[in-house]
Amino acid sequence: MKKENTLLVGLAMTAAITVVTYAILVAPGFLTDSGMNMTEGVTNSSKAVYDLHMIILWICIVIGILVFAAMFTSIFLHRKSRGAVAAKFTHSTKAEIIWTTIPILILVVMAVPSTITLIELEDNSNPDIIIKITGYQWKWKYDYIDEDISFYSSLKADSNAARLTGANIDPTTVDNYLLDVDNRIVIPIGKKIGFLITADDVIHSWWVPALGWKQDAVPGFINQAWTRVNEVGVYRGQCAELCGRGHGFMPIVLEAKSEEDYAAWLVEQKSALTVTQAETQRIWSKTELMAKGEAVYEQQCAGCHQTDGQGLAPAFPAMAGNPVTNGSISKHIDIVMNGSEGTAMQAFSKTLTDAEIAAALTYTRNAFGNQTGDLIQPATIAKHNNG
Amino acid sequence: MTTITHEDHHDHKPQGFLNRWVFSTNHKDIGTLYLVFALLMFFIGGAMAMIIRAELFMPGMQLVQPEFFNQMTTVHALVMVFGAVMPAFVGFANWMIPLMIGAPDMALPRMNNWSFWILPFAFTMLVSTLFMDGGAPAGGWTLYPPLVLQTGDSFIFAMFAIHMLGISSIMGAINVIATILNMRAPGMTLLRMPLFVWTWLITAFLLIAVMPVLAGAVTMLITDRFFLTSFFNAAGGGDPVLFQHIFWFFGHPEVYIMILPAFGIISEIIPTFARKPLFGYTSMVYATVSIAFLSFIVWAHHMFTVGMPLGAEIYFMLATMMISIPTGVKVFNWIATMWRGSMTFETPMLFALGFVVLFTIGGFSGLMLAIVPADFQYHDTYFVVAHFHYVLVTGSVFALMAGTYYWLPKWTGHMYNERLGKWHFWLSVVFVNVLFFPQHYLGLAGMPRRIPDYSPQFADFNMLSSIGGFAFGLTQLMFVYIVWKCARGGETATAQVWEGAKGLEWTVPSPAPFHTFETPPKIDDSVVAHGNHM
Repeated sequence: MKKENTLLVGLAMTAAITVVTYAILVAPGFLTDSGMNMTEGVTNSSKAVYDLHMIILWICIVIGILVFAAMFTSIFLHRKSRGAVAAKFTHSTKAEIIWTTIPILILVVMAVPSTITLIELEDNSNPDIIIKITGYQWKWKYDYIDEDISFYSSLKADSNAARLTGANIDPTTVDNYLLDVDNRIVIPIGKKIGFLITADDVIHSWWVPALGWKQDAVPGFINQAWTRVNEVGVYRGQCAELCGRGHGFMPIVLEAKSEEDYAAWLVEQKSALTVTQAETQRIWSKTELMAKGEAVYEQQCAGCHQTDGQGLAPAFPAMAGNPVTNGSISKHIDIVMNGSEGTAMQAFSKTLTDAEIAAALTYTRNAFGNQTGDLIQPATIAKHNNG
Repeated sequence: MTTITHEDHHDHKPQGFLNRWVFSTNHKDIGTLYLVFALLMFFIGGAMAMIIRAELFMPGMQLVQPEFFNQMTTVHALVMVFGAVMPAFVGFANWMIPLMIGAPDMALPRMNNWSFWILPFAFTMLVSTLFMDGGAPAGGWTLYPPLVLQTGDSFIFAMFAIHMLGISSIMGAINVIATILNMRAPGMTLLRMPLFVWTWLITAFLLIAVMPVLAGAVTMLITDRFFLTSFFNAAGGGDPVLFQHIFWFFGHPEVYIMILPAFGIISEIIPTFARKPLFGYTSMVYATVSIAFLSFIVWAHHMFTVGMPLGAEIYFMLATMMISIPTGVKVFNWIATMWRGSMTFETPMLFALGFVVLFTIGGFSGLMLAIVPADFQYHDTYFVVAHFHYVLVTGSVFALMAGTYYWLPKWTGHMYNERLGKWHFWLSVVFVNVLFFPQHYLGLAGMPRRIPDYSPQFADFNMLSSIGGFAFGLTQLMFVYIVWKCARGGETATAQVWEGAKGLEWTVPSPAPFHTFETPPKIDDSVVAHGNHM
């Protein structure tokens, strides 16, 4: 085969493969913000990670184009049907040294910026605010270490209802389907936030792509991570480590606020805490309990047991006429507080306040045609909790 | 047991189904058993993949419960890894290694029988867990505690099944090593062996080294669950992450166990259809040894997000990146083998070329995953799912398809239907990319793996991927039909089969007689592919 011929075909193949690569990777908007590429995120670290990703991607694309062009050139030129006669060579020390050395150099080029970015990412020193994150099956808990604020964050009720098998609710009609929570984690922008990440039961992984990293939450161990968000906004993520049947249903919503708004949020949270404590102390009327109970039931229970209390056979029993909702109060409290082994019924003692549980119990015992007439006070729940 | 009298020694197969197949000690029959079993498992595992893709076709839960979805992903992986890919390669080893080195059979024929017949029992037990109270294991094939310890009654059955698979693999590996080191015909020196034999020799050492590690990890899970030990329980002073280290010390060599023999098959096929000797035979051998060595010192790149010290992260990143060097050497050597050859494109060659391109794409995403900061984003997303399916499906499985078409005439004595074979290739190669390429996008856009339902922003690519999946699955029925037809009849194959084929297996008639090389063949450079001219 003549030299010019090889070169010509080689160039044609390179061009063809470049066009195909362009069509697959670039033209559909791979490099723009069309949901096909990694997000640049909203922190300096996430931008560094994105840049690294793009550098390596381009290196791979260029190597790929060259290697595949050589291969397809050979496939085109050196085929028996074109009368090609096989050469006899079996090795070439020179070629082999070249194609071992060049990749080593390329790897060095990749390794340097990777290591630098990694060292920055792992610098957990001197955070301004520390938040402890605990993974549960299947929700997150956030403890603001210096602020005495602590709350759970679970999948929002409308998503939770729509995600049930055979629910027949169109997910596109649900706002931020599977990516919305009842209580968001809130942080101020511009501050270095240190995270202490752990889990209560199995391994989870806390991941908000806009921050540029994920970190596993391992029971019994505390992992560290940090972020400094530049832009006000709401950033969504999900648990990234398989953690059981609810793994797909424990999203993360992080809200970055300006410093003033964050301060206001802190005040609001603390006053809510005082209210919660007061709620547990006082005696509630039936009307109050029923009203609050209906709200809590809609948020926490209706996803499985349904708004009309009829349940969803066979997994989710009806509340109407149920032996538990119409029977012994202490057994009812026990199931709601501690869950029911071997069923989908989860334990609510850690997620809900005493007042919320008391209201929900009162409501289920006096709604859907149930007429026990029982009133359950928050104090009863508190007592149950303590002994 | 009745003994079979051999009146006519040549080609006298044992009489009766039981004697021929259940009590078989013949490497060819056991090879066939392995291959048929692997194909069956490929379809069982594939059916589970269809359920997964059907549920992911649209956002919302339409078909199954999340728990069952998790069982599907877990059992799909276990069946494909331990039931389809590994036994298929052992089937190739059984059939081809004695034929390629001029040995009459495997060194340990009774153990050979036993190592196969463990498998159907192990998998019956594993698959039966789907029907148990609480269902099959649903904690992922990686069996991470504490989650795996929440498995219901099926836990112990799955664990015992994995133990049995390990025993089977270790026995198979011992047999391969004993055969290669002791049974080579005079003159078949180590550096004259076909590359498929070399890659299997190295794979067998990997198997012996790491299957006991898996057995150790599984045993610790069992004692944690039933005997109140706390290896992986933090409350008792243990560490859940310890399991991940042990598992991946097994797991990383394991992925090379599934790809090295594939490299071997491709290295046989490309020279045949390029009608030109393999380029850089010795560097291919050294590259394989290097990859095998590196596979023991990179395990923690599967767990960059568990919270390792910075130094460990940097080390595992650099060590992992190094793997791309010997792997690159292999790809360059294959292309150099084609260069200035005289190529034809029969089905085995098409699958081999598909392998080279698509495995390389899987290699690129592997290199990207090695970069720790980027892995903090990629880890546990569909990007990883895309990566390992490129190396396992368009890598290992394509090599198995290529090898099947390549040696099928030798096994059956008939040529397969070339037209259908080419259709099988082209449909497979199109749909497998429709199936897996969009998963790169999904992962980069933020879709975690192992979730049964997803936000509507991921809907389009999931639907595309599912369509590719259904079509790829259906296309594989063609493979069964082609192999079945070829076993039943067809154009008679010559001993040589392929114009450019070299090696001892092509010196025996097609189909290969029941007994071959009862007297060792004479080896000279004209029959072997890699001679002393190196």
